[in-house]
Amino acid sequence: MGRLDGKVALISGGARGQGAAEALLFAREGAQVVIGDLLDDEGSQIEAQIAELGGDATYIHLDVTSADDWDAAVQTALDRYGRLDILVNNAGIGGSGGGVEGETSENWDKTLDINAKGVFLGTKAAIPAIRDAGGGSIVNISSIAGIIGLGSGNPAYAASKGAVRLLTKSTAIQHAPDNIRCNSVHPGLIVTAMTEGILADPERRRYWDDNIPLGRYGSVDDIANGALFLASDDSSFVTGSELVIDGGVTAQ
Amino acid sequence: MGRLDGKVALISGGARGQGAAEALLFAREGAQVVIGDLLDDEGSQIEAQIAELGGDATYIHLDVTSADDWDAAVQTALDRYGKLDILVNNAGILGGRLGLEDTTSEQWDIILDVNAKGVFLGTKAAIPALREAGGGSIINISSLAGLVGSRNGIPAYQASKGAVRLLTKSTAIQHAPDNIRCNSVHPGMIVTAMTEEILGDPAIRQSYDDDIPLGRLGTADDIANGVLFLASEDSSFVTGSELVIDGGLHAQ
Repeated sequence: MGRLDGKVALISGGARGQGAAEALLFAREGAQVVIGDLLDDEGSQIEAQIAELGGDATYIHLDVTSADDWDAAVQTALDRYGRLDILVNNAGIGGSGGGVEGETSENWDKTLDINAKGVFLGTKAAIPAIRDAGGGSIVNISSIAGIIGLGSGNPAYAASKGAVRLLTKSTAIQHAPDNIRCNSVHPGLIVTAMTEGILADPERRRYWDDNIPLGRYGSVDDIANGALFLASDDSSFVTGSELVIDGGVTAQ
Repeated sequence: MGRLDGKVALISGGARGQGAAEALLFAREGAQVVIGDLLDDEGSQIEAQIAELGGDATYIHLDVTSADDWDAAVQTALDRYGKLDILVNNAGILGGRLGLEDTTSEQWDIILDVNAKGVFLGTKAAIPALREAGGGSIINISSLAGLVGSRNGIPAYQASKGAVRLLTKSTAIQHAPDNIRCNSVHPGMIVTAMTEEILGDPAIRQSYDDDIPLGRLGTADDIANGVLFLASEDSSFVTGSELVIDGGLHAQ
């Protein structure tokens, strides 16, 4: 018996990295999964991989800055699977290191559009469907950069993840009467395509090597397991909470 | 397949309420469980109930303010089950609804002894066994009262739960090299024997009914499910973190 039997989930940025790990885990736990991403080839491969495992997933092209794309993604869940119970706002972009003085207005806008407004648009599109399902769970992927300042971090990225952290609480409070829960996940340094640049830069890498108490980087499965807890009924009294998955970095 | 197959857990205050729910859930998920409590009759009943379900548990008398009792409890795990992987510092008391000016020095000592020093003594007794097992997970039950002040809060209780919150982070950082994780759980208003007195006051009951966004009080199972996540390998990159289970109370 799976922990998400009978549930339908929509995962943005589900074609690779954390999103793909979440899609695979959710499908293994019995959910039907709509995978949204810009990366059509990779997304279709995850869809096929889930089918091979005996699961059920549908890939759809999703630019999280497009309200129309979000509407189409939610409609896909309703058309294919009849409902929507879970939204994982996972899509996001990183940023180069360097302080606020090196940041351009254009990159600020792009980062905030994808990482913060993308969550707003996804939440807005999904709320009616989740309400119709009698409630559900929204999992927003923030970051530890949304909680503390990081010496090696990017200011626009940090601001965008701080926005996600508080949009999560706003959604949690305002949609609790709809029985819609909303929580944020705060990964530390996770090995993905997005963090390749950090790990390739000796100085930024050293910061992490020196500062993770558990002595390793995180894996995408570490995050997927946390997202699963928040998506499942195991967390039915958890809303507006922050799940930090960082190997102890922020506890210091 | 259980989520705690092959694990051995020690749970303080396991005879009733949240601790009993944790013992039953852990046993259902495959763990062998040592239940420690002052309440010998209730503790033996939980032991028997787990045996009836086909699980394996051992009750032992445990006063969490006694280092000797803790040593005996850990030794019981080693003697009966050969190792110790998980410690849940769940035991705690509310200590009477007293404002700061009405709290005596003696009452302060009792509450801090049970709720804070009890966690210290349990952690101290269990660390060598957890290290021997190659690492493991400690879950400390703090409270929402360990995060924010409350109109209905009891100052000594709040202080004790704040102590647990930071002792958790200290343990997480200092024992990460032993592969021992340590996290805190922060329940909101949960219906248990401990909260009966508070919930018996109609005004306070009404305030919780009005203030909890999800519109209900928590159950012991809500907490047990969160503790299970932190005890299991699903959270293997989570340490020094705070899991708030409060129906959204703290997110407002």
